[in-house]
Amino acid sequence: MIDTDVLIVGAGPTGLFCAHQLGIIGLKCEIVDNLDKLGGQCIELYPDKPIYDIPAIPECTGEELTNNLIEQIKPFNFNSHLSDRVQEIKNENDRWIVKTSKGKEFLTTNIIIAGGVGSFEPRKFPTKNCEKFEGKSVLYSIKDKTIFKDKSVVIFGGGDSALDWAIELSKSSKVTLIHRRDEFRGAPSSVEKLKELKKEKKLDVLTKFSIKDVKGNGTLESVEIKGDNGEIKTINTDYVLGFFGLIMQLGPILEWGLNIDKKLIPVNTENFETNKKGIFAIGDICFYPGKLKLILSGFHEGALAARGCFKYSRPNEKYKLEFTTTSKTVKERLGVKE
Amino acid sequence: MAKIKYIEHNGNQHEIDVANGLSVMEGAVQNDIPGIDADCGGGMACATCHVYVKEDWFNKLPEKAEGEDDMLDQAYEPSSSSRLSCQIVVSDELNGLVVHLPEKQV
Repeated sequence: MIDTDVLIVGAGPTGLFCAHQLGIIGLKCEIVDNLDKLGGQCIELYPDKPIYDIPAIPECTGEELTNNLIEQIKPFNFNSHLSDRVQEIKNENDRWIVKTSKGKEFLTTNIIIAGGVGSFEPRKFPTKNCEKFEGKSVLYSIKDKTIFKDKSVVIFGGGDSALDWAIELSKSSKVTLIHRRDEFRGAPSSVEKLKELKKEKKLDVLTKFSIKDVKGNGTLESVEIKGDNGEIKTINTDYVLGFFGLIMQLGPILEWGLNIDKKLIPVNTENFETNKKGIFAIGDICFYPGKLKLILSGFHEGALAARGCFKYSRPNEKYKLEFTTTSKTVKERLGVKE
Repeated sequence: MAKIKYIEHNGNQHEIDVANGLSVMEGAVQNDIPGIDADCGGGMACATCHVYVKEDWFNKLPEKAEGEDDMLDQAYEPSSSSRLSCQIVVSDELNGLVVHLPEKQV
């Protein structure tokens, strides 16, 4: 069990800057995020898009903002737990026990939820029957590509994941790529490669088709697809892969009793605490009168929530505002020499 | 201003006056119409304000934004009549527009 002052849920810009504020006031924190990297929506949804409303930074991309924040919190030696998701919480003697989907356990005085719109998960097929085969022959990510050797694989999607895997797996599997329209959003070089392979009959490409159903008794046997023109085809296959990008889901946090309404957690504006003692919510996921869903608001909320955590983690100390420009203690925490 | 009709997947209809300049997504969100999530807030960075527009209106709408179809690839059950409602900006010309909401967004 990992013992800490604060567990931050979500490693977007708000969660990362909150870790900075906790470090400045001398609290330990751990960060959990379902993505495999730090940065949240900034890094997953718009790494290349310019942002113009970060104070004192006239222009930066989502990736630059993330990298700068990571640089800024480096002195504080926090731990991040990526590709993992908080699952359940339990209160014990005024502290929280938090379990993750990978089975990690934390004992923490405070939880700060900086979860944005939820954790990123792959979008799945709308077809109900796919659930029966999910994880076995209907897959949304590939962990071991050797399982496809000499098998037939039907891949759905038009982005880089779909294209890259279609090209890669066509070397040793019978691949059919299916996409709902003629244009692919994947890299132009991959689209060229795909056309070449199709010409050489190394793989098959069907456009303006989408999934209708999957069939099989115990094991997957075939996939049914329907065309824009109403045409229905059946393709015999061993595997069906779907690459439709990621969606955001709140998941288990919904069950924590935080009065969530329309995916938002109500908080007070003094320290952004929720209805539960020691659980705070900041950034896009919190709600209060006048709330603005801007990154800069998340920074402010994180700074105040960090002071709220201080009160519970150091009940016998009085919080004193110290400036990074002058405080010797803060400079020591930052690792800067006088 | 334009009267926009939102029809939920279960058939429930909502007719709303939406001011010019707002998006069809904002019209729904501001009036608490269920079935449009708009997780990213209108930045065309998700596909959770997905709607279907039948042919008669589809062809009258301003063309899709660059990248809109790329996002729609990632929507729940997209079809050839799919649009992202955050990219449809309301004007007088859209008076009477009907949009159909998908079964779900995520």
